[in-house]
Amino acid sequence: MLYFSKLRITLVTFVTFLFIFIASSNFLETEDNFFGKKINLGLDLQGGSYLLLEIDNKPIEIQKLQNTTTIIRNYLKKKNVFFSDLRIFDKLILFNINEPDVEKVKSLFLDKDSEVNPFYSQYKSHQFDLTIKKNEFQLKFSKYGLVEIRNSSQDQAIEIVRRRVDEVGTNEPNILKRGNNRILVELPGLDDPMRIKSLLGKTANLTFRFITQNGNDTFGEEKLQFEDGINEALVSKRIILSGENLLDAQPQMDNQTNQTVVTFTLDRVGAKRFGKATSTGIGKQLAIVLDGKIVSAPVIRDTIAGGNGQISGDFTFQSATDLALLLRSGALPAPLNIIEERTVGPDLGQDSINAGIIALLIGFLLVIIFMFFKYKVFGLIANITLLVNLFFLIGILTLFEATLTLPGIAGIILTVGMAVDANVLIFERIKEEAKTEKNNIIAFDTGYIKSRTAILDANVTTLIAAIILFFMGSGPIKGFSITLAVGIFTTLFSVYFIARLLTSFYVLRNKEKINLI
Amino acid sequence: MINFNKFYKLFNYISVILVAVSVLLLIFKGLNFGVDFKGGTLIELRATNTQTNVSILRKSFNNMNLGDVNIKKFGNENDYLIKFEKKNIESNAIEIIKNDLVKSIGKTFNFRRVENVGPKVSSELLKSGIIAIALSLAAMLFYIWIRFEWQFSLGAILALFHDVIITLGFFSLLGLEINLSIVAAVLTIVGYSMNDTVVIFDRVRENLRKFSDIKIFDLTNISINETLSRTIITSVTTLLALVSIYLFGGEILRGFSLAMILGVIFGTYSSIFIANPVLVKLRVSQKTILKEEVD
Repeated sequence: MLYFSKLRITLVTFVTFLFIFIASSNFLETEDNFFGKKINLGLDLQGGSYLLLEIDNKPIEIQKLQNTTTIIRNYLKKKNVFFSDLRIFDKLILFNINEPDVEKVKSLFLDKDSEVNPFYSQYKSHQFDLTIKKNEFQLKFSKYGLVEIRNSSQDQAIEIVRRRVDEVGTNEPNILKRGNNRILVELPGLDDPMRIKSLLGKTANLTFRFITQNGNDTFGEEKLQFEDGINEALVSKRIILSGENLLDAQPQMDNQTNQTVVTFTLDRVGAKRFGKATSTGIGKQLAIVLDGKIVSAPVIRDTIAGGNGQISGDFTFQSATDLALLLRSGALPAPLNIIEERTVGPDLGQDSINAGIIALLIGFLLVIIFMFFKYKVFGLIANITLLVNLFFLIGILTLFEATLTLPGIAGIILTVGMAVDANVLIFERIKEEAKTEKNNIIAFDTGYIKSRTAILDANVTTLIAAIILFFMGSGPIKGFSITLAVGIFTTLFSVYFIARLLTSFYVLRNKEKINLI
Repeated sequence: MINFNKFYKLFNYISVILVAVSVLLLIFKGLNFGVDFKGGTLIELRATNTQTNVSILRKSFNNMNLGDVNIKKFGNENDYLIKFEKKNIESNAIEIIKNDLVKSIGKTFNFRRVENVGPKVSSELLKSGIIAIALSLAAMLFYIWIRFEWQFSLGAILALFHDVIITLGFFSLLGLEINLSIVAAVLTIVGYSMNDTVVIFDRVRENLRKFSDIKIFDLTNISINETLSRTIITSVTTLLALVSIYLFGGEILRGFSLAMILGVIFGTYSSIFIANPVLVKLRVSQKTILKEEVD
C-alpha cells in the first residue's frame, strides 16, 4: 500500500495542481479564465427571485368540452345520425342515440381513426373515455386526454412566460417546466419581483367587440365591467379581433390629448377584418376587452383601413408599457397562479456569503489545529489532505458549474469536519497494528488494508443520505446534497492518493523510528 | 479500557425514557412547522431606523388584516422576522404590505427576504420531506442488511430511530422551527449516525471471527474501546465544524446546525449504547456470521 510508481506520483501531483488552479479561477476577477467556468451562486446567495407558477387548466378543459360538443353536433348531423339532448354536465358530454344506432355510433367514437375522439398512439388511449348506458352516451376526458391538454397548455404557457420575462430584460432568467402543469421561473439578481409577478399574473386575452344596446345580438352577449370597476356595458360575444391578430404594440404619447396610449399594428387578416368592421359599424361603440374587463370603448368615427390603431384608457406610462408588452408577447392559454415565491435581496445574499466563508475558515482552522495536536506529523499530512480536498471539491463544483447555495456552503464545512474521518480510521488502525508489529512498513500496510471496509461502509451510508436528498430536495437543499456527495468522492480520492503518498514519503524515510505514529 | 457494557442497562433505560418523552412531546405539543410546511408568508425585514421595535411593527402589521402575525427579532440588532399564515394572498400582497408599512413607519426599512408558500406546495413539501426521511431509513436498513447480518441491521436501525426521534423531540420541546433545511439535517444525521454505528459493527464482526470464546457482551465492549479514539476524534472534528456554522454561519443556518449538533451527539451515543446492546440481546455469536459466510 505504501508503494507508489513514478508515473502515479506525477499523475497525482498533476491532478492536484490542476484542481488547485481550477478552484482558484473562481476567485479571479477576469471574465474569461482558462476554462471559462465558474461556480454558479444560488438565488439565496446572489439574491433573486424564485417563482413557481401553476397553470389553471379548468378554463381550457371547459373550452375543450364546448368545442368538442360543437364538433360532435356537426359530425353527427353530417353522418345523418339522429341524436337528442346533447349537453355538458359535470365535465361530461352527454347525448342520446336511437337504440338501433348505438353500435354504429360507438364505432365512430372508438375507432382508431375516429374524427371526433382522437386516438393518441403514444399513450394507446383516446382523448375521451366512452360509457354507454342503454342509449345514452357519456364522454369523459381520459387520463391521457387530460395529460395531453396539460402538456400542450404548459408548452404554450412556458413560451409566453419566456417572452414576457425576456421583454422585461432581467439577466439570465431560468424558466423550466415542473410536472405537467407548473412552470418554475428563477430570476437572479432581481430583488423586487413585483413587476414580473404582475405581468405573469395577467392572461392578456385581448378582444375587440361591439357594445350592444338592444340585447338581441345573434351571437349572444354578456355584461362586462369597465376597468374602473364601476361602469358596466353589454358586449356582444362576437369577436371582431383578438390579440392573435396583433403584430406589434407600443406605448406612445398622443400629441392631441397628451395622454399615454398603446398603438398597435395588425396582421393582414386582422387589418382586413378591422377595416370591414369599422366601415359597417360607424357610430357604434367598439369595446376593447382585456381579460374580461373593458379597457375602453371608443365610438367609431371612420373606417380604419391601414391596420393600425390605438387603445386609449386610463394609462400611466408604466401601465401602457406593460400592456404593450403583454400584447406583444401574446396571451397565456390559461391563467397562472403563483403558488410559491422566494425572494432574497442582494444584501442578504452577500451577508450569507460572508457568514458562510467566515464559518468555513473558522471551522477549517479549528479542525486543523485539533488534528495537528492530536497526530503531529500525521496531523499535518491529514491537514494538507484536507486542504487539497477542499480544492478538489471546489474544483469539481466549478467544472460542473454546479450551483452553490447557503446550505451548500454548510455542506462544504461539514465535509471538512467529516473528511478527516477516513484518515483518522487509518491512523488509529495503524496505531493498533504498530503495537504488535514492529516493522513500520508492514504496520502501515496492514493499517491501510484493514481499515478499508469500515471506510467504505461509512462513506456509502452518507452517500445514500445525500442521494436521497438530491432527488427529494428542492433548490437550496439540492445544493447541500451535491456538495455532500461530491465531498465524499473527493475525500476518498485525497485520502487514498494524497495522504497515502505523503505518508509513504514520510514512513519510507523513517523506517527505523519507533512509535512513528 | 472503559467498561461501557456495565452501563448498557442504565443508558437503555434513559434512552427509553428520552424516546418516550420525545414521542409524547411530538404527539401533544407537536412541531413548530415553518412556512415551508404550513404555508403562509415570511418576511425578513431590516430597519434602518433604530427607533423601530417589535411592538411598533406589530401595531403596523395588525392593521393590515393578515390574521395572526408573528413578529420577532432575528439575529442582527435591527432585523425582524415576520410570519403570517393567511392562505391564498393576492399576488400583489407584498407590494400592499410594503406601501402600508411606508405609511405607518416611513421608508425606514427594506425587505431582505420574502417567502410565500401556497397551501398546496407546503403540503407537497411536507409529504416529500417525510418520504425522504422514510426512504433514507429504508435504504440504510437495506444497505446494512446486505453488508451485515439482520441482527446488525436491526441494531443500527433502532439507533437511527432513536437519534431522529430525540432530535425532533428537542425541536418540539424548544419550539424551534421545522423547515426544509431541518429535513436536510435529519437526513444527514441519519447518514452520520449510521456511519458511526457501522465502524463499530465492522470491528465487532472482525472480532467475532477472531475470538470464538468471548461472549458478545464483552466482545462489543472490546470493539467499542478499540474504535473509541476514532469515534471521539471524528465526533470532535465534526462538532467543531458544526459549531462554527452555528456561531458564524448566519441566522438562516442556525436551526440546521443545531439539529446537526444534536444529531451528532446522539448519533455517537446511540452507536455505543443502543446499537451494541441490541447485538447482545439478539445473542449474536460467531455462529451468526459464520453461518452467513457458509451460505
